[in-house]
Amino acid sequence: MKILSIVDTAYRATLEEQDDTILWLNHALRNNGAEVSILLSGNAVNYAVRGQDAAGLAFGDRRVAHPPRLDEDLARLIAAKVAVFAVEEDMRERALPADSLVAGIEKLSRAGIPEAIERFDQVWRW
Amino acid sequence: MARFVFVESRDPYECADCARFLDLVGGVRRRSHEVTLFLVQNAVLAAREGASHAGGYSDLARAGVAVVADAFALRERAVDRLASGIEPSGIDRLVSLALTPQTRVIWH
Amino acid sequence: MTIGKNLTVAIMDPPYESATTATALRIIDAALRQAQVVTVFAYEGAVSMTMKAQQPHANPVKGTTVEQEEHPTTKDWIAGLFALARQTGAKLDWINCGLCVDERGAGETIDGPRRGSPKDFFEAVKLSDGVIVIPTH
Repeated sequence: MKILSIVDTAYRATLEEQDDTILWLNHALRNNGAEVSILLSGNAVNYAVRGQDAAGLAFGDRRVAHPPRLDEDLARLIAAKVAVFAVEEDMRERALPADSLVAGIEKLSRAGIPEAIERFDQVWRW
Repeated sequence: MARFVFVESRDPYECADCARFLDLVGGVRRRSHEVTLFLVQNAVLAAREGASHAGGYSDLARAGVAVVADAFALRERAVDRLASGIEPSGIDRLVSLALTPQTRVIWH
Repeated sequence: MTIGKNLTVAIMDPPYESATTATALRIIDAALRQAQVVTVFAYEGAVSMTMKAQQPHANPVKGTTVEQEEHPTTKDWIAGLFALARQTGAKLDWINCGLCVDERGAGETIDGPRRGSPKDFFEAVKLSDGVIVIPTH
């Protein structure tokens, strides 16, 4: 079963979770044998930018010990052989710096999405 | 030919990428698949006859997409008259579609 | 009832925050009348739907008492779904994601739901005839 998980909500609860919960969930599914691919769309394409820094947050004397490192999480997914795509137009509209992107992300045009999703048995938007 | 059910829960008055979701629906239909667009929650606000964004749904219906609006959501919002090409239905139809073999359900 | 059909539904929204909660429960209700097995994977805020400590309340704006208001709780709606499953002979397997339960302190639930993980969701998906993933925003 081939699964495509589409992620377009970004930075939702990532500070208190110290993760993006959907990238995490899909990594967990992969660890359990799921043949999962990721499509970043909308604001979630920004996860592909290297150097995101959420360090230094504290509430009184309670500091966030392990801030999320979403670019590194994406790199780990790619290293685990999860195909990660990103919608090309969404990247361009947000002026993502081409020289600062996580390696291994494949661009997919919006026009190409209808054909792309045919390859998957399940297509889930999170 | 495959079966796709797209569920739209968001309305184009509030949601910036609703139009892109409808583009995806149309794109899949153009590839000759069997496509249903099931409107729930505030998505039905654009299904009212004369609504400024109703054309998006009607255009998809003309292209061969089955455009269905959740009857409860319509009644909840007093949407009595529907734009062309949209039919009301119970939520049980969504379940029935999801249980049809080889059907992908994609929710927005 | 469609003999032998399995449906898996994944939900994420916490109760009392969006229209999705009622829609999801309506889908599950309809599914229990059609399918033999309905698996619900409650992720993130949705794990709060089954909290035993939910309480109805009065409505001072409407001037109603607790009894008069009969304010719904999602735990009662879900208890109703378990009762429906017993009535139709379907199986309702409600799985709350354990880590989501822990961080929300939502461990005390009504009877019926069980604690699980993404592995349980994937196992259910593999056995299902249909899957509906309801996202959050």
